[in-house]
Amino acid sequence: MAQVNRTQAGGRINRGKPLSFTYNGKQFTGYEGDTLASALLANGVDIIGRSFKYSRPRGIVAAGAEEPNAVMQVGATEATQVPNVRATQQALFNGLTCSAVAGWPNVDFDLMSYVGKIGGKMMPPGFYYKTFMGPAGMWPIYEKYIRKAAGLGKAPKEKDVDIYDAMNRHADVVVVGSGPAGLAAARAAASSGARVILADEQEEFGGSLLHSSETINGKPAAEWVTEVVAELAGNKNVVLLPRATVNGLHDHNFLTIHERLTDHLGDRAPTVDGVQMARHRMHKVRAHCVILATGAQERPIVFANNDVPGVMGASAVATYINRYGVVPGKTLVVGTANDDGYDAAIAWKKAGRDVAAIVDSRPGADGDRVEEARQLGIKIIFGSVVYDAKGQTRVKAAKVGAVSPDGKKLIGDKLDISCDTIATSGGWSPVVHLSCHSGTRPQWDDKIIGFVPGDCYENRLYVGGISGNYELGACLTDGQAAGENAAKSAGFTPDTPRANYQTKAVKVSAPMALFVAPHEKPFSRAPKQFVDYQNDVTAGGIELAVREGFESIEHVKRYTALGFGTDQGKLGNINGMAIAAQVRGATIPEVGTTVFRPNYTPIAFGAIAGRNAGELFDPKRYTAMQSWHEANGALFEDVGQWKRPWYYPKPGETMQQSLDRECLATRESVGILDASTLGKIDIQGKDAREFLGRVYTNAWAKLAVGKCRYGLMCGEDGMVFDDGVTSCLAENHFLMTTTSGGAAHVLEWLELYHQTEWPELEVFMTSVTDHWATMTISGPNSRKLLEQVSEGIDLDKDAFKFMDWRQGKVDGIPSRVFRISFTGELSYEINVPANYGLQVWKKLMEVGAQYNITPYGTETMHILRAEKGFIIAGQDTDGSVTPQDLGMSWAVSMNKPFSFIGKRGMNRQDPTRANRKELVGIKTKDPKVVLVEGAAAVNERNYKQGSNVVQGHITSSYYSAVLGRSIALGMIKDGFNRMGETVYYPTMDGSVIEAEICSPVFYDPKGDRQNV
Amino acid sequence: MLHIYCPHCCEYREEEEFHCKGQAHIARPLDPDNCSEQEWANFIFFRKNTKGQHQELWHHSAGCGKFFNVSRNTITYKIEQSYLLGTAPQPVLDVNKEGKA
Amino acid sequence: MSDITPVIVMNDCAVMNQFASDNSKAESPMVNVKWANSSNATVFAKELAFSGHIVLRGKPTDDAFMAGAAKVLGTELPGKLSSVESGEYVVRWLSPDTWLITMPGAAAYALETRLRETLTGHYQVVNESGGQTLLVLSGENAENVLHKSVHYDIHISNFPVGKVVNTNFAKTGCTLRRLGEQEFELVVRRSFSDYVAAWIQDAAAEYGFAWQG
Repeated sequence: MAQVNRTQAGGRINRGKPLSFTYNGKQFTGYEGDTLASALLANGVDIIGRSFKYSRPRGIVAAGAEEPNAVMQVGATEATQVPNVRATQQALFNGLTCSAVAGWPNVDFDLMSYVGKIGGKMMPPGFYYKTFMGPAGMWPIYEKYIRKAAGLGKAPKEKDVDIYDAMNRHADVVVVGSGPAGLAAARAAASSGARVILADEQEEFGGSLLHSSETINGKPAAEWVTEVVAELAGNKNVVLLPRATVNGLHDHNFLTIHERLTDHLGDRAPTVDGVQMARHRMHKVRAHCVILATGAQERPIVFANNDVPGVMGASAVATYINRYGVVPGKTLVVGTANDDGYDAAIAWKKAGRDVAAIVDSRPGADGDRVEEARQLGIKIIFGSVVYDAKGQTRVKAAKVGAVSPDGKKLIGDKLDISCDTIATSGGWSPVVHLSCHSGTRPQWDDKIIGFVPGDCYENRLYVGGISGNYELGACLTDGQAAGENAAKSAGFTPDTPRANYQTKAVKVSAPMALFVAPHEKPFSRAPKQFVDYQNDVTAGGIELAVREGFESIEHVKRYTALGFGTDQGKLGNINGMAIAAQVRGATIPEVGTTVFRPNYTPIAFGAIAGRNAGELFDPKRYTAMQSWHEANGALFEDVGQWKRPWYYPKPGETMQQSLDRECLATRESVGILDASTLGKIDIQGKDAREFLGRVYTNAWAKLAVGKCRYGLMCGEDGMVFDDGVTSCLAENHFLMTTTSGGAAHVLEWLELYHQTEWPELEVFMTSVTDHWATMTISGPNSRKLLEQVSEGIDLDKDAFKFMDWRQGKVDGIPSRVFRISFTGELSYEINVPANYGLQVWKKLMEVGAQYNITPYGTETMHILRAEKGFIIAGQDTDGSVTPQDLGMSWAVSMNKPFSFIGKRGMNRQDPTRANRKELVGIKTKDPKVVLVEGAAAVNERNYKQGSNVVQGHITSSYYSAVLGRSIALGMIKDGFNRMGETVYYPTMDGSVIEAEICSPVFYDPKGDRQNV
Repeated sequence: MLHIYCPHCCEYREEEEFHCKGQAHIARPLDPDNCSEQEWANFIFFRKNTKGQHQELWHHSAGCGKFFNVSRNTITYKIEQSYLLGTAPQPVLDVNKEGKA
Repeated sequence: MSDITPVIVMNDCAVMNQFASDNSKAESPMVNVKWANSSNATVFAKELAFSGHIVLRGKPTDDAFMAGAAKVLGTELPGKLSSVESGEYVVRWLSPDTWLITMPGAAAYALETRLRETLTGHYQVVNESGGQTLLVLSGENAENVLHKSVHYDIHISNFPVGKVVNTNFAKTGCTLRRLGEQEFELVVRRSFSDYVAAWIQDAAAEYGFAWQG
């Protein structure tokens, strides 16, 4: 298909390299160097989408990040779908496949546009809220259709085939934007030897210089760009990031820069030497100084029907002609309030097409470009505005009328000028977005008719367009000075002599503040005057919002949706504020502005995740015996980041069958558990004992060397948060164990108290969790097994008692053996340095075979301990449970001289009141029924719903093979006094389970088995 | 992401290396057993919600493992100083009145 | 029944030779890692398996402690963020009162007993040999792999040879030391070592990675 709007020559495209692409199922051709937008315009594609609410046809209006309409669904396959890509920022590549995101059934025939037409007047701001309020329950049905009809883009249904990367970087100076100011700044900073990062969102460095006709040092500006970029590329202290959008400028000069590494190369990232390349890379940068040279975006003039395809920004038109060799129409009318609008007409005329008129709202102007337009024979109509556009799917004519000197009223004659393109320029809005990200509000500057960055304490400099400075020479010298100052602030000395920049001065006539062209009718009755294209926000809508009482601009924004969406109001926000100000009779600074937040442009989820995806999403922590567990069919459970064997199913077993087998083998002979994940803290010092007495609820003063003791840890509120066994290795040496999930927190908590409250205590604590591999052998045959593999330990029941530890060798490996039990059986916890863990485990399995040694996982461990009524901190406790609530007053020593952590807390009014929930055993009437953990207890089968009806809940619930019935632990109000009473557990299916309150110790209540 | 100076490592480090432990200078009462309910509640539950200059306890958890204090402006997030436990922050001249310690 | 093993107590702390007389079946933390081997690698890694790791804690203001440690190690304990090498010992500063000393695995027990014989007062000696391992990362793109992994500024101007930092590594932590312009050492916790190895290989894939096992 012919590129009807392509110029014969010129632009930065490579006519020798045609690229084919597909839009809405049709094939087109563009050139290397095109964006998707320029290629669509070159092919004369007018309509690229339907508007969000009214479903009106829309065309491309801008050439950069501010584009609100040309939002595309890109991707040739389901797995490579990317929604909401701005066509103006997508480089063309061969085979690019895209479609318009909005429009149902399609953009050219859109069903919803009829709703929009009929309902136009009936769809004011808040329409959806007001109309679809009721009846209750209908919203999901309304929503289904509204979303289908509206909506932007669709999420891919398949897993992304691309990979993403992230890099941390540090820089002395980061320069954002590579227009004249940014390049001059980067160059000056780099000359000092400072580490410099230059990032720009476009395909090429150069910014506005890429389509400028100005000269620097007598050469075309683009040539100067090439030279400076080459110089920077040769400096090893400089990192150049093209196609990299600085999406966030956060506190303390932390930047997130989103680099699109391969979006310009193809549908997915290429593979090089068999290695898949990353599609995007996020750079996380900490900078000493940030120079914002982000430039300015052209502000359109709002007028009636200004959304008809063919209405564009004047600078966008100039950019398409000069940079891409595309003239997006046949006949142009320019509506402007400044000299910059003339660029579009000059470029258009030079490209050989017709300019019907320049309509300038100013009474007159004598700038150089005004002169040039005159000399080219272009008709200029001063003191007038384009106030309406004719046409449906393409502009047919501009309605032009004379305007009062303040720009507020149409006066005098009106005429229609035939054209297919209307380009407007209302002035420039500095791209202040990044300056707002850490909370600074922009400030209005009357001189430049725009917002500039507000004051902030961070080391940041603003140069060029962002500070309202649009003159080339000044951009270069200001950029240079900023680069030098930034380098100096980081301790570097810029090169001398300084580079010298010569430019030709351009005479510019004063601009006029014009945001909206007045219509014959007021905002409320005029044809739609669009302020925010993407959200279909009109001047009338803003006027209505103010009239309905939304005065704060933040409220206006949320009521009308001004500035929402993928473009975040880049084009429309300032005009919206100006209209709100006009309606309120206030000034723009009085109305103020909403705050721009990260991200500057939408960003792929993959780029945020980076390499923290798939297998690397979160660390998986393994014990030394992991390979054995895997080889022996274990299924795994996540405990914090640990992977712990959950159970070891044999072929054909159900989960319950495996658990029954593991439980019975342990009760009857010997089971083995990998307990390496328990937190372990080595504690040394003459005050270690005293310290333990302060952090545990029980007494430690008399624990003898060689002995172990169980302890509870509480917060200052008296609530249990962790537990474990601590052993006295020597008089001043203890080994503390914590829960697997609580290890890091407990150590930090111990350090907190030691460093802040009791630094005088001579105690050091160091984590040894990973150093020791721990395996627990449990069951009546565990002693016999240990006898056969150990040496140097007297295992006699009186020589090595329950709650003793001994040192010796197991399988020849130095070890410490702790006779402690979480199952209620005779148990030994064998600790060896982890390098030997697998060796010792294998030996225990080998020798234990004669006892049918059975490995068991966390689920069997939970059942065995529940049979004994042992708690798991974090499962049976939830931060609102005291030791007394758990029936564990025996583990609290109120008589210790030091008021231990938790003592005062547990003696408060509430923890000591009657009728608290207490941990008890729960036996279902039907022994086969296993209650659901979390199930709530009520007193009556036919309970009435009410605030005090719930008596407690189930914390642990299992089927016990050894008891042949279900067992549960749970909290019950006043439970200790209610033994034998019946409670009921209503279930999700409406049935109610009857159960009896009982002792939490279901098995071997006297504890004979662990003492054998 | 804050950039925080650790007074033990004597370097700025990324916020990710630290845990914030809340308001600084909350001393555990010396005689908890004789604290009234109100006094104990004040110690364990009640904290300032400062707008302005605020002192916080931080832990260099992924670094040197030491606790220290930070004086930070909760409006701008500017960190005026990091200082060792047991020392007082240097007075800040532009302290917001509402944020006075 | 063999003789009962006595618990050796020094300075009221229990000490134990934790290096087995037969180390042949020992497994280092990275033993199960499957390493890729690119033929045109620019990033290389190797594990210094079975090193002895001793953590020494004491107050830097305690002159007797500092002098005692210096006597045993043959060098002053290094100051903040630095390391020293002395004979078979590498000593790294970890915190104002913590140092990590690595050495051949069989030498750890001798160091622990010499420290306990020499030092008096308040200190801690902990054997961590099974709990962590040393990984050396080198090659022209080693620095880029670290850029993807740690947020600390490893530019040589900020992180010269010999400097040591504890910092985050991906979603875990590490002790990082620069050995040369293109050579770094990581102290990695055992339970995270598979994660770290997988992360490094993934990060290094685009540069070509080879294991120097």
